[in-house]
Amino acid sequence: MLDIIYQFISQNVLLPITTILLPVDYQAQALTVLQTVVKILSILVPVLITVAYFTYAERKIIGFIQGRIGPNRVGFFGFSLWGLGQPIADAVKLIVKEIIVPSSSNRALFIMAPILSLAPSLAAWAVIPFDDTKVLANVNAGLLYVLALTSLAVYGVIIAGWASNSKYAFLGAMRSAAQIVSYEIAMGFALVGVLVAAGSLNLGDIVNSQAGSVIHWFWIPLFPLFVIYFISGLAETNRAPFDVAEGESEIVAGFHVEYGGMAFSVFFMAEYANMILIAVLSAIMFCGGWLSPFQGIPGLEDLFTWVPPMFWLLAKTSFFMFLFLWFRATFPRYRYDQIMRLGWKVFIPLTIVWLVVVSALVVTNTPPWFN
Amino acid sequence: MIEQIVFYLFSGLLLLSASMVVVMRNPIHSALFLVLSFFASAAIWLLLQAEFLAITLVLVYVGAVMVLFLFVVMMLDINLVKVREGFARFLPVGITVAVLMVVAMGLVVGSDYFLSDTYMAIKSVGPDYSNTKELGMTLYTEYLYQFEIAGAILLVAIIAAISLSMSKSKVNKSISPEDQVFVKKADRLRVVKMQSEQKTKSGGSEA
Repeated sequence: MLDIIYQFISQNVLLPITTILLPVDYQAQALTVLQTVVKILSILVPVLITVAYFTYAERKIIGFIQGRIGPNRVGFFGFSLWGLGQPIADAVKLIVKEIIVPSSSNRALFIMAPILSLAPSLAAWAVIPFDDTKVLANVNAGLLYVLALTSLAVYGVIIAGWASNSKYAFLGAMRSAAQIVSYEIAMGFALVGVLVAAGSLNLGDIVNSQAGSVIHWFWIPLFPLFVIYFISGLAETNRAPFDVAEGESEIVAGFHVEYGGMAFSVFFMAEYANMILIAVLSAIMFCGGWLSPFQGIPGLEDLFTWVPPMFWLLAKTSFFMFLFLWFRATFPRYRYDQIMRLGWKVFIPLTIVWLVVVSALVVTNTPPWFN
Repeated sequence: MIEQIVFYLFSGLLLLSASMVVVMRNPIHSALFLVLSFFASAAIWLLLQAEFLAITLVLVYVGAVMVLFLFVVMMLDINLVKVREGFARFLPVGITVAVLMVVAMGLVVGSDYFLSDTYMAIKSVGPDYSNTKELGMTLYTEYLYQFEIAGAILLVAIIAAISLSMSKSKVNKSISPEDQVFVKKADRLRVVKMQSEQKTKSGGSEA
């Protein structure tokens, strides 16, 4: 379906634009550029819509977990529709609000900080494979690219904390910097495990090397790394129970305490976009990406061949996104020194030990994963 | 043609941001321009089809080293007036050093040993060529000893840094979670059995 729409746009919109507007020499190049832009939009627009409705899902799900109802008033055309209009109403409110720049802040950096935190989390989507062929940039070092971009998200937080010229914001930034740098190491080691198991840095190849059945997915041989990756992802995105960078009961709202309106909401979007990114990466690297969970089961496999592969990826991603919300509703916030202890003294040694185990499994060609 | 445009764009950006690192008054701005110059050089490496090195540069230097650097610079209380004070006095020395460095680099690059006239355009390789794999093979076969020695030196540095920071163990206020976990209720709380107080006839408080 998506292919047909893309072909239609490419043939009936982009081709005429280039042929009418440009000289013959540049038409082919311009067409490629326009097609890429359309592809980028076809990834980012759904991501941003998901971000909007992820906030709605969060409020609903945490509401249900805590025995409340959650937003249920704002709807469309007089119908309340379980509050489905809430994210749109929120977005309109935030866009219309004034952005207040504190008078003693560093103006340029203050404005730049939210952009710096949102941009990497959107740029990382370039290498995410949605199925065997649907990927924007099929690069060799996709895994490294993703790791590099997720490590950049901390700049937005640090710069926001410093540029605001506020003590609470600065404390939040300091906490966040130390936390993200610590957990990045554990996260990197977990990804090294994936690299060893798959023998490739290309995300598409990583998914293909998990083909077979649910048992062939990397979540079994790499189980400790899988858990560590997801928990480090929680810490990297500053989500509960690791949300000391915000810590509303201690330092008000942490690094974004001085931000309002759209500048604040860009931080908010960055956090949710990062969560979705971590969820989709967990699905790709440990849970078989677009592969069907019924693969290899006689009967059931044929029954589900009509389901598009992308559906499985989105279903797995939704599950991990749900985990983020579940954890937030379940666990109390970690104490700061215990966060550091968990990262440095538990996760990093564990990942190093498990790297040795994975390497041994790979070298000995242990079935069913590495034969 | 596009490659050349990209190259000049990013090398211009690199030169600009590198000089801004020196020129900027505020050390935070300098550090951020250093980040930008890392990015620009990573982009130039990408043009040379060294995607592994380019991404590693961003990952290690921008993602980790510069974050810690910013962390430290932000904590410093730098008096900008004092920093600028000796500018005119040190300017002649600075210019001399800069000129010497330019001359030295010019001599190296222009000399016969550098063989700059034998360099050719980068050979374009197919999409299946993985330079991560090539780098790994070279590093772990040809340069194994050098690699291991570098690793050992770094390990020694880590141990030295940790032992330096742990030396003041007398004033170390770190807690031990093992002891905390094994604390029982009886260690902290003593329940005293006592008779409920008798009401005296003279009245007084009932609380």
